Amino acid sequence: MQQGKFIERVLFLLALSSISSLALITIFIFLEGAPLIYFAGLKNFLASSHWAPTKDHFGILAMIVSSLLVTLGAMVIGVPLGLSCAIVLAEFSPLRLKLILKPTFELLAGIPSVVYGFLGVIWLVPLIRVYLGGPGLSLLAAAIILGIMILPTIISISIDALTAVPDLYRDGSIALGATQWQTVRRVVLPAASSGIITAIILGMGRAVGETMAVIMVAGNALKMPTSILDPVRTLTSNIALELGYAAGRHREGLFATGIVLFVIIMILNLSATLVTRRR
Amino acid sequence: MLRLHPRTVQTLMKSLLWAMTGFTLLILVFIIVDISIKGLPQVTPGFLSHEPQDMGRAGGIFSTVVATAYITLLAILLAAPFGVGTAIYLTEYTREGWTTRIIRFGSECLAGVPSIILGLFGFVLFVMKLGLGWSVLSGALTLAIMVLPIIIRTSEEAIKAVPEEYREACYSLGLSQWQTITRIVLPSALPGITTGIMLSVGRSLGETAVLLFTAGAALRTPLSVFDSGRTMAVHFYILAREGLSMPNAYGTAAVLVISILAINLAAYTLMQRLMKRYS
Repeated sequence: MQQGKFIERVLFLLALSSISSLALITIFIFLEGAPLIYFAGLKNFLASSHWAPTKDHFGILAMIVSSLLVTLGAMVIGVPLGLSCAIVLAEFSPLRLKLILKPTFELLAGIPSVVYGFLGVIWLVPLIRVYLGGPGLSLLAAAIILGIMILPTIISISIDALTAVPDLYRDGSIALGATQWQTVRRVVLPAASSGIITAIILGMGRAVGETMAVIMVAGNALKMPTSILDPVRTLTSNIALELGYAAGRHREGLFATGIVLFVIIMILNLSATLVTRRR
Repeated sequence: MLRLHPRTVQTLMKSLLWAMTGFTLLILVFIIVDISIKGLPQVTPGFLSHEPQDMGRAGGIFSTVVATAYITLLAILLAAPFGVGTAIYLTEYTREGWTTRIIRFGSECLAGVPSIILGLFGFVLFVMKLGLGWSVLSGALTLAIMVLPIIIRTSEEAIKAVPEEYREACYSLGLSQWQTITRIVLPSALPGITTGIMLSVGRSLGETAVLLFTAGAALRTPLSVFDSGRTMAVHFYILAREGLSMPNAYGTAAVLVISILAINLAAYTLMQRLMKRYS
């Protein structure tokens, strides 16, 4: 009995320290970044687009807007493609094909983000430059690459949501004379909606937080984008581009950028959890 | 307004969805084929066993393979006890309640933290505050936090999949809870736990943003855990971004992508086999 209690304590401590790493991350990012926000003023920090950290200008509005636009673009591309794959695999494809395709799509998730970025530079950026104009390295390129990168997240969570819908629902709808597509649209998709929304929110989280691929294809220009062909710098790329050489207040500015990113991600995570719990 | 017959609508929608699925599959095939065709010819035994020369413009990738293996192995060794311990605590020692809910929520949030934020955190805590510098150890510690949620989730699923009868049989033979866990539950769940560890290895191999700021980018082969080490993914990023050598970049990408895909595929097969055994 004594030994059982002891082991339980040890395991509890292990679990506690696993979770406390999240607390540590939060504390350190805020401790390092908050003084700068205080120094620059929250309003200047969030509402100005003038980023010149060596001259004490810390405005990240353009980066926030760029991050949101790139993410929005990624959703426009990733959600229809991902949902189509999920519907086909869960509802239409023969079982044997599903057993091959599902792991195949999950393989997409294993390809490192630097590889996506590299292929984006080699193939996508020249295409955009030649056929659509602009420098090629652009908001559009980043949105397309991110749209592809979030596919595995959207596909696998949506498939799980769709397969969790009981077959009775489908049988009932078919028995009433609905076609298979009507059944999917009017019965299965609404029943699986909370799972699909979770998939989309988590996909957004991945897109907002992605760094390496975005640095390589987005062009990283420090200005407010006016067209989808403009080069943009997102919150994540701002951190990654400058952390290597930043010091003092400049470095604090990057942690402050991290705080904004962290808050966006946590809001997304929280809403995903809330949506899932509603079910 | 034209009204189509429901069956016509169904045919149209099905073709559209299948076309989108086909397109997604095509992207995946394109990525793998492009990397293999241009990368595999570079991958000779010499490429893997020679040190990089002239910043990576010539020579092989030996030191980066060593650094990758070193950092990944250390990260897994650090993360596995915490991850598996947390999973055992969650499944065997507690009833569902607020403790489990907090731990699970924390683990989900940790999984959603973008790698650039982890990079920032590792940089300020391990590299700066604890004075470990850019080193294998700093990189491994930060990576360990990154893979922790993967290990927790897969171990938890694996332990839950072990039938309740196994435990009851042990108790009826007079074994203590801890004996039941170590002699029966964990061995039965081992394939699942291994899957989680393999997925973590896959994730670590492709990680760049975390390691760039914690393990650094020194091209020498790291000997001690306090040496800086450049992993394959970081090396590939630097080769591609600075345009040092296209053939070597493709070669590194091929090694990276193929090893990750092989590991993920093996993990997937193992998991399927486990699921089949207990369902």
